[in-house]
Amino acid sequence: MQTESLSYLFLSAFLINNFVLAMFLGLCPFVGTSAKRNTAINMGMATTFVMLISSVCAYGINAVLTRYQLEFLRLISYIAVIAAAVQLVEMILKKFSPVLSRALGIYLPLITTNCAILGVALIQTAKGYDFMQSVAFSAGAGAGFALALILMAGLREKLELANMPGITQAAGLSMMLAGILSLTFMGFAGLGGSAA
Amino acid sequence: MSTPATKQETPLTLETFTAGLWKENPIFVMMLGLCPTLAVTNTLTNSLAMGAATIFVLVGSNALISGLRHFIPKQIRITTYIIIIATFVTLVDYLIQAISLDLYNALGAFIQLIVVNCLILGRAEAFASKNSFNKSVVSAAGMGVGFTFALACLGSVRELLGSGKLLGFQVFSDNFEPWVVMILPPGGFIVLGSWLLLFKWLEQRRTRKIIRTDAATHCTVRQNP
Repeated sequence: MQTESLSYLFLSAFLINNFVLAMFLGLCPFVGTSAKRNTAINMGMATTFVMLISSVCAYGINAVLTRYQLEFLRLISYIAVIAAAVQLVEMILKKFSPVLSRALGIYLPLITTNCAILGVALIQTAKGYDFMQSVAFSAGAGAGFALALILMAGLREKLELANMPGITQAAGLSMMLAGILSLTFMGFAGLGGSAA
Repeated sequence: MSTPATKQETPLTLETFTAGLWKENPIFVMMLGLCPTLAVTNTLTNSLAMGAATIFVLVGSNALISGLRHFIPKQIRITTYIIIIATFVTLVDYLIQAISLDLYNALGAFIQLIVVNCLILGRAEAFASKNSFNKSVVSAAGMGVGFTFALACLGSVRELLGSGKLLGFQVFSDNFEPWVVMILPPGGFIVLGSWLLLFKWLEQRRTRKIIRTDAATHCTVRQNP
């Protein structure tokens, strides 16, 4: 089926069903780390990386759990695996690429509580993607997360220079901005509509 | 537990409960747990169901964590909290599936995603791990009710404006017309942004309000209108 091709899955998670702007996953880091463009880029990279790894792990775990009919343990094992994967990635990076490790800094451990990561694992299980589809889906989701984060950071940097009334100092205005960004992303819906 | 009878002796307990409702409201003030907030609030029913599920997980996990707080080693406490929370979420996941399959399908993956709701882990770390069992349960209930209140705020507006139900309850009178976009993703961001702006505006007059409510509830002689 055309709609389930790898490129479609990637594009779908990247633009059409953007994880942040259309599915509301990973909003905490989206609000928290989108103030500066550099942090946004680093955070996007780290998240994409962990997303890919945990997606592969979750695929393996699901296969094992399904085989032994232990589906009720799925959630607990996913969250444990993600926490372990984050730890592992942190250690490997520190050993083999200190530069990247320093660039990501504190954001790496914080990824554990990013619901986009668990979301990818749960959605790929619910949709029953095979191995390659899972990889394409999680790569798209990670890239989409990074894209939304970087776009938002650019907008917020502009906003710093604008003269705004007092009540917009808090997160309210960021949410409005995200809403407008989300509206523009709805324009990509046609991409999926023609294929499906 | 904080029954009205014990209110006089331990005023701190009542404050523990009410803090989550307004002053430290998880969504409007602390901005915790935003993902389910925006994703499931396209109708009021979904909002309330999500709120109920979150209250269950929040109270259950905080009670357990508080009860076990002397036995959990400091080094692995976060992992332990996550496992406890995940257990309760699995419970509620199967519970909702058994009660109403329609609701389960409407909420989708977001029931399981309660695990990573920062509100629950945040309360476990910041409150339940340091306070007594009773206080933790009361505080968790207050936070949960505050969370549900915020979800209901969003859900009612989005359902009203997006599909025209809940007629007669108007919040933003002039600038909004019945919009399908309200039940679509952008509506969630825009409605939450509007609420946040509104509450920010209200906050500027909050000091006066607190004094007034204080005087009204305690019925003291201190009444200066």
